[in-house]
Amino acid sequence: MAASANKLPETDAPIKLSADHVGMVFQRDGKTTQVLRDVNLQVAPGEFVCILGPSGCGKSTLLSTMAGFLSPSSGEVKIDGELVTGPSPRRIFVFQERGVFPWLTVEGNIAFGLFKLSRLERDRRIAYYVKLVGLEGFEKAYPSELSGGMKQRLEVARALAVNPDMLFLDEPFGALDSITRLTMRRELLRIWEAERNTIIFVTHDIDEAVQLADRVAVMSDRPATIQQIVTIDIPHPRDLSSPRYLELRNGIFDQLGLAHKV
Amino acid sequence: MQLSLNSFLPLSLRVRLRPIAFIAALLIAWQIAVSRSPVHILPGPSEVVGGIVDLIRHGLLLKYIVASLFRVTWGFLLAACLAIPIGLHVGWHRRAEMALNPLIQIFRPISPLAWIPIAILWLGVGDLSSIFLIFLGCFFPLLLTAINAVQNVPAVHANVARNFGLSPAAVVYRVLYPAVVPQLIVGLRITLGVAWLVVVAAEMIAVNSGLGFLIVDARNAGNRYDLVVAGMVIIGLIGLLLDLGMRSLERVKSLRWSYSED
Repeated sequence: MAASANKLPETDAPIKLSADHVGMVFQRDGKTTQVLRDVNLQVAPGEFVCILGPSGCGKSTLLSTMAGFLSPSSGEVKIDGELVTGPSPRRIFVFQERGVFPWLTVEGNIAFGLFKLSRLERDRRIAYYVKLVGLEGFEKAYPSELSGGMKQRLEVARALAVNPDMLFLDEPFGALDSITRLTMRRELLRIWEAERNTIIFVTHDIDEAVQLADRVAVMSDRPATIQQIVTIDIPHPRDLSSPRYLELRNGIFDQLGLAHKV
Repeated sequence: MQLSLNSFLPLSLRVRLRPIAFIAALLIAWQIAVSRSPVHILPGPSEVVGGIVDLIRHGLLLKYIVASLFRVTWGFLLAACLAIPIGLHVGWHRRAEMALNPLIQIFRPISPLAWIPIAILWLGVGDLSSIFLIFLGCFFPLLLTAINAVQNVPAVHANVARNFGLSPAAVVYRVLYPAVVPQLIVGLRITLGVAWLVVVAAEMIAVNSGLGFLIVDARNAGNRYDLVVAGMVIIGLIGLLLDLGMRSLERVKSLRWSYSED
């Protein structure tokens, strides 16, 4: 039913990001913990990939490694064919809303990464991305005056404003209530369809992964590796009660060894 | 009477009048208690007011206030100019903090008053000694405030700055500095209160002007307890004004973020 190869669907497609035999070992209090083991993943330009796994399995570690905040203990991560050695403004990491700067207004936050641009261009980008994420009227507001969902959209706007090729999102909607979370997913897809960045999205929510991604990489428990990559072959907007949606979702449930009943 | 007053005055004014009315009631009670007491153990409010008028008439009140404020200003500013940059650096570099912390913890519990003999030995009787004592009283609290302030900056904020490609210098003035300012302002406010406490004590020993000197001198030269209490009242009022001034800094909008959050 789903492609289980770790390769891309089309073999000749260009590769945006490739993780090859990535392993990560942490030393703490004299104990050695293997967090990641032989992770292999290739992502195409403009693709939306979800990394799905239980809490604490190491998927955030994998994302930080791909973004260049951590260096892998073994293996390598390449983006556009170049070895990743550190973070770069070409690829922005979006934290849960904690990443917005509380001392800057909405405008100030969006302008944070635009310090190399002319004032005119900066103002144009601010106006564009304020509108894109639906924060018009809040340009002068401080984050403490915004709701959790608005802060999250602000952080996405700040990331997009520097025109990155890639976005890394680490459970970005985890702290939001379930209704806001649904709205935010729709918003993210709308923005992605407009901007077509490559997105790697970490989540522990099976439905979220199946609703958003082109492909879902299902992680195992520690030491984490990718068990399976599921291609979600449903066009957007996705019908959450269609047989194909339920089939794919149930397949991942089984893959993670979860029961279908509560 | 009570009812009609309530209906005439707006609520905000009534709330503001409440502490004034309470102080007035206490003053009246004080006056009555003193006039009925068979022994003279405390001057009444009218004598204290007489004492203040006496000081004004001799041109001493303003002179002593200026002398005390002069010492506080210099001691406090010197401590702030040294302790804050040192504290920010020490807090930022973990190893420096580990190296210096024991020394700081040894010096910190020594009351600045314990330094009085050494201050007089080194700097003689005069302004320098009392400025030095105020400096000591302010230096360690401000140093610890600055160290803690840096260590409380969330790692997420530093990572965001790295991700957007800021130079190390830009990380300091665009992220570190705004993140610590609100905590520093709280520390400065509390420390200014300490400085005001120390100046009075220092002036009792090391100099022959200022409000602390006024209190000791009034007792020594003829048991003028009206002047002693007048000095205490003036010290209290100026302390209140200093605190109000520092509090108004906390209300600056771009600095207010940390107080309004959560």
